[in-house]
Amino acid sequence: MEKIGLYTKKVIEHFKNPHNMGRIKNPDGVGKVGNIVCGDVMWLYIKIGKDKKGREIIKDIKFETYGCVAAISTSSIITDLAKGKTIEEALKIDKKEIVKALGGLPPLKLHCSVLATDALYEAIYDYLKKKKRKIPEKLEKIHQRIEKEEKLIEEKYKDWLKLENEIRSKTRH
Amino acid sequence: MPRKIYLDFAATTPIDPRVKRSMEPFFSKKFGNTMSLHSFGQEAKEALEEAREIVADFMGAKPGEVIFTSSATEANNFALKGIAFANKDRGNHIIISSIEHPCVMESAKWLESQGFEITKLKVNRQGIVDLKELEKSIKKETILVSIMHANNEIGTIEPIEKISKIIKTQNSKLKTQIYFHTDAAQTFGKIPVNVQRLGVDLMTVSAHKMYGPKGVGALYIKEGTKITPLLHGGGHEMGFRSSTVNVPGIVGFAKACQIAQKEMEKEAKKLKKLKEKLIKGVLSKVKDSHLVGSLKNSLPNIANFWFEGVEGESIVIQLDLLGIAVSTGSACSSEKLQASHVLLACGLKPWQAHGSLRVSLGRWTKESDIDYFLKVLPQVIENLRKISPFKKTWKK
Repeated sequence: MEKIGLYTKKVIEHFKNPHNMGRIKNPDGVGKVGNIVCGDVMWLYIKIGKDKKGREIIKDIKFETYGCVAAISTSSIITDLAKGKTIEEALKIDKKEIVKALGGLPPLKLHCSVLATDALYEAIYDYLKKKKRKIPEKLEKIHQRIEKEEKLIEEKYKDWLKLENEIRSKTRH
Repeated sequence: MPRKIYLDFAATTPIDPRVKRSMEPFFSKKFGNTMSLHSFGQEAKEALEEAREIVADFMGAKPGEVIFTSSATEANNFALKGIAFANKDRGNHIIISSIEHPCVMESAKWLESQGFEITKLKVNRQGIVDLKELEKSIKKETILVSIMHANNEIGTIEPIEKISKIIKTQNSKLKTQIYFHTDAAQTFGKIPVNVQRLGVDLMTVSAHKMYGPKGVGALYIKEGTKITPLLHGGGHEMGFRSSTVNVPGIVGFAKACQIAQKEMEKEAKKLKKLKEKLIKGVLSKVKDSHLVGSLKNSLPNIANFWFEGVEGESIVIQLDLLGIAVSTGSACSSEKLQASHVLLACGLKPWQAHGSLRVSLGRWTKESDIDYFLKVLPQVIENLRKISPFKKTWKK
């Protein structure tokens, strides 16, 4: 695929004009992943609705991201990929699909695609948890991994994160 | 073609056309090997020695004290490893600052793995090394102190003369010989750099940071300094650095020195004015923006900012799409994912350091370039802040 500097044209397109950017008021689920200490933070909001067959789908999805070009463009593309999908389908979106949809990512930035899927999984997890639904085993495992990673970073950067929490509480809606 | 503006002169500079002209004969016509006895070789040798005189003169050294290298990275490696291994019978302690260029940081790290002890001096908010800590850190085992002349990311100029005095005092007190090296890659050709006045034993310089070609650097080694070479072979460069000599590059370096000698003062004045305009403009036009480093003790051509709520790479690419070339921290570290060690050492928090931007001006920077930069930057930052979850600003 054609490249503009480090990134593919597709990545730059999403970076320049991100899709579904912003916040959803009263979201049904929110996924907050990444860490400002590491330089990437992704917040994903979902609103759940029903399709004609009565299946639950991701009716609306929006994101807010602090981070590099890859972080912003993976956020944008995952909202495209997840919108209108059933929860089951959305949980099948993986990092490979994101990288493919963007025409590739530089090797050093591949972790951004993981961040994007993590944000989506976490938003769905949040929704199911709130609804007191059964969490699929795969999703539970992912959630545990994300929590574990967060803890590791928290321990490493204890003092710095205190400040981040202050910011988070200030910007919480 | 959209407008293209280069504001990344601290990463590298274009070759001055006068430098390029001076190099041309040495590619195909005067191509000899300086070690050859015939006329081709001797012609090249003559050009090499003439270049050495010019570069030495520009830094206040004797020609025999200038060893040409392939880069500032090589010169810094040479200084640290060469001094360490030649003087390890006297001690194993080396002092550097915490904001050195990666080639000094990594050389020191490697030396640590070889049994040397490394002390990294703290810096203050402006990036200036703690002289009291230096004084306290020096001990009997200390063999080398290496502190950069000016920092490549924030432009802060270190008090090299004061450091030299401290080391000399300690030398006579402890009856030892601690060598003092400075990496002057960012200052040579930009501000007056004189080895006598600075009081250094070793000094690294680079051609491509001062409108000369890439692939050429030099290490000043004061006469009588005990140092061991990195490259062994045919005995080029007075035995200090074997390798067929890069004559065109070195001739170009010398020409770049001659130009700087004549034009540096005027150029620095012009750049200082532009930099002041840039800083004033950025801080007044972009809300929640901050200057990193020192206003007073700073290079005339480097300014570093950080912007709340946005990340540096995103700013760089947004600006690149608008035709403006700037960088986050140093060019060398932009592929790593960690925040800049320089900014963290200056006391910035990681999320502040992640939002940093280096703007560096040069010989061909015009006022209209700064105007254009100031015109587009506020919108770029605003767009990224719209995407960011951190809408509200936070205080340190």
